[in-house]
Amino acid sequence: MNFINHLYNIFVDGNGYLLLLKGLGVTLKVAFFACLLGILLGLIAAIMKMTEVRKGRKTIFSIIANIYIDVIRGTPTVVQLLIIYFLVFRSQASTLAGICTFGINSGAYVAEIIRAGIMAVDKGQMEAGRSLGLSYGTTMKEIIIPQAIKNILPALGNELIVLTKETAILGYVGIMDLAKASDFIISRKYVMFEPLIAIAIIYYIVVKLMTLALNAFERRLRQSDIR
Amino acid sequence: MIYVKDLHKHFGKLEVLNGIDCHISKGECVCIIGPSGSGKSTFLRCLNLLEVPTKGDIVIDGVDLMDKNTNIDLFRREVGMVFQHFNLFPHLTILENVTLAPIKNKLMTQEEAEKRAMELLNQVGIAEKANNYPAQLSGGQKQRVAIARSLALSPKVMLFDEPTSALDPEMVGEVLDVMKNLAQAGMTMIVVTHEMGFAREVSDRVFFMEEGCILEEGTPEDIFDHPKESRTKEFLSKVL
Repeated sequence: MNFINHLYNIFVDGNGYLLLLKGLGVTLKVAFFACLLGILLGLIAAIMKMTEVRKGRKTIFSIIANIYIDVIRGTPTVVQLLIIYFLVFRSQASTLAGICTFGINSGAYVAEIIRAGIMAVDKGQMEAGRSLGLSYGTTMKEIIIPQAIKNILPALGNELIVLTKETAILGYVGIMDLAKASDFIISRKYVMFEPLIAIAIIYYIVVKLMTLALNAFERRLRQSDIR
Repeated sequence: MIYVKDLHKHFGKLEVLNGIDCHISKGECVCIIGPSGSGKSTFLRCLNLLEVPTKGDIVIDGVDLMDKNTNIDLFRREVGMVFQHFNLFPHLTILENVTLAPIKNKLMTQEEAEKRAMELLNQVGIAEKANNYPAQLSGGQKQRVAIARSLALSPKVMLFDEPTSALDPEMVGEVLDVMKNLAQAGMTMIVVTHEMGFAREVSDRVFFMEEGCILEEGTPEDIFDHPKESRTKEFLSKVL
């Protein structure tokens, strides 16, 4: 009874649980839209970078994509967040700044994941498609991409999970996400253990749900592999 | 039908094709033999521009391949290609493998393409596997499907790049039979092969390639029974 009273005091008294729920909402919102933005940017950057393979030399597109990937991978996410929040968005529109930061950040990694997945498809598949009179674009769409998705998905799922957890640094610029919500409770109630364990469990459940969804999706894609 | 003149191909400094001249008529079956690295496959791949020649002329059925204005995708429908490693599309069923190109090239409706595909799969003796995936087939079956897939576009020329080299010995025969039937039906064929029996029995002419050139050409009897060049003799003595 004592323990339950204790938890009640921390999470319900003073509406701590509402803070956590609101924080979770912000975390999920940023993570979800950043994932979408990351996949979109990653796809574009991968296509831009792949022009190099097709032409056999560097192109203006591949150079731009390379600089993007290089800069994003070469700087810490926190620094990117600070720059985008304070310098680009001038401390306005905090959630949007978070989405942009994590979207742009993730895009660089997703680009490499997509490129690697496409390159891993046997060269003979492209040759077979082209030798049947299909254009480069049609061969990509009908033959290469469906096979590449199977290569891409596990690594992409991993990246999206990392992205979701990484949003915990949003509190750095005062965005009220899940991690920041626990900070609030800690400073109000002078307890550290319970709020931290609580958000750890919540993050874990979110990631677990993502993992299950990805596994189900992968299983469906693997149906043509029956031997 | 096929005219090749002074064809050269370099990979960087490496000269793979070193001036090939030949003329192949409609309905002819030509086998290309020779040691590894002699440029056989590269030559074949130049004929549908999977490799772009460094210089030279190729004219197939009146189409100048080296002309920049030639629509290469349209041209490739006229030239079927069968690969050493089959290159079936693993995410599609056998039937879809065969119907994909005719449908996507808008040559047939789905129904027409499926009807034609079933005829072709019957012809290569594998119709009962139409709804299976390539991973469920043996090597010989895959290669027969690959042949049917190329035939679905009703090509004027068929190119075979070592079609039996990746097969278990017991499956070579079934693929060669399909190719033999094709040759007898009057298909223009160019076959890179190490199957000397097939070359001797089925082909109208044999090219012996060495160091990027056609060193010797002639009827199978000429090449196998009375080779002129000492290099041809040496090669044949090793493989026969």
